[in-house]
Amino acid sequence: MKPLMILPLLACTLLLPGALFAQDVDSLLSALTTPATEYASATFKATRIINGHSIKQMKARQLDFRIHHRFGEVRGGAYELWGLDQSTIFLGLEYGVTDWLMVGAGRSSYKKAYNGFGKFRLWRQSSGEENMPVAISGYAGIDVQTLDWTDPQRENYFSSRLSYIFQLFIARKFSEELSLQVTPSVVHRNLVPTALDENDLFALGFGGRYKLTSRISFNAEYFLVITPGREGVEKPVDALSLGFDIETGGHVFQLMFTNALLMTERGFIGETTGQWSKGGVHLGFNISRVFTL
Amino acid sequence: MKTAIYLTLLLVSIAAPMQGQDKFLCKNGHIWFYSETPLETIEAHNYTVASVLTPATGDVVFQLLIKSFKFERALMEEHFNENFMESAKFPKSDFKGKIVNLKEIDFSKNGSYKAVVEGDLTIHNRTNRIRQNGTIEVKGTAILVKAKFDIAPKDYDIEIPSAVRDKIAKTVAVTVDMTYEPYRK
Repeated sequence: MKPLMILPLLACTLLLPGALFAQDVDSLLSALTTPATEYASATFKATRIINGHSIKQMKARQLDFRIHHRFGEVRGGAYELWGLDQSTIFLGLEYGVTDWLMVGAGRSSYKKAYNGFGKFRLWRQSSGEENMPVAISGYAGIDVQTLDWTDPQRENYFSSRLSYIFQLFIARKFSEELSLQVTPSVVHRNLVPTALDENDLFALGFGGRYKLTSRISFNAEYFLVITPGREGVEKPVDALSLGFDIETGGHVFQLMFTNALLMTERGFIGETTGQWSKGGVHLGFNISRVFTL
Repeated sequence: MKTAIYLTLLLVSIAAPMQGQDKFLCKNGHIWFYSETPLETIEAHNYTVASVLTPATGDVVFQLLIKSFKFERALMEEHFNENFMESAKFPKSDFKGKIVNLKEIDFSKNGSYKAVVEGDLTIHNRTNRIRQNGTIEVKGTAILVKAKFDIAPKDYDIEIPSAVRDKIAKTVAVTVDMTYEPYRK
């Protein structure tokens, strides 16, 4: 009887404090190096999916110099070298003030427009202790068109040059390859061409990327204008863009085909006229160069 | 009589693991690497390296999270994880080895000892056998381990595209700086 009672005791001594076995070492180290909450990173390669902003922000002290360029419509044919004779350009400087706040300013050649914006992180996608299936960020921007007044005779107000843009980015990185984003958007234009045009345009953006290699991804983006057009006024065409992100060191090149000529929200949501079915498509590219200040 | 035998067995079984399995733990070890070319200097630090050292057997085990390497430039850090280390696929790196010259190190006496460590280093899911020199310093109840060695990214199947080849050194200098305390469960 007695020996049998000692056996469990013997077993216990093997688990004495201080005694640690190989598999315990592994699990101990593993526990120490596994973060409680893991945040999704690099949901998109650039701060733009194609025309519209992505969930990605410049981190603190990162400056992004952007050159966006769109050629003319492909339907111009050989005479226009399929649009390459024309060009519309946007230049931007965008900066990460903190990891959660990014500000930017830019200028578009179309209507000599300046824009400024703030983009702020609300929630990050995370798993583990803190679980959040999607990332959410907000965006507020202002657009100032400085083109000479079409009718200098009438009383023109500075406020007529302004538009305001508000967006929410709701994104999820489903896997290393696939990320999708929904972008509810409002564009408020202080002055519209005719009394029949809506001042407020509501739109819903859909975008995504699929990584083909670690440095190249295929991107697609669609902005659905929800605000119904009034009778007698042409509704803006929904912007559909397809393209590739190519990353090389500190640069990201984005090559795309899009029916939107304009590269800011006011433009591609509210003033897109090109139609894919009629060859109203532009070849274009964005170049992003990031500097650390 | 039988009781006496079992008692002896019991005592032995207590004593043996106590002596042989005394372990030292480091939770926040520091490992950093440095790459220098005329075009670019790259430096990244990981302050959350975990390691267990067993003086009696000379066993050393290290483990670290690749994503815990912090760079000065956020973009570099992103590329390091996304493109080079593929840290979503291979989140951790570890080393399992032994102190080869255990006889020359007296863990019960304060002092600095030269140590030779040999073992398997796994980075980017590729394991290589390495043998490196370092120093072990016994300081009261603590054990300090320092080592410096070079590793070549290509030995660990880390692909470096031609566009950045001139910016990343062929061999990267790795520095290890650990402080161990006796481990109590």
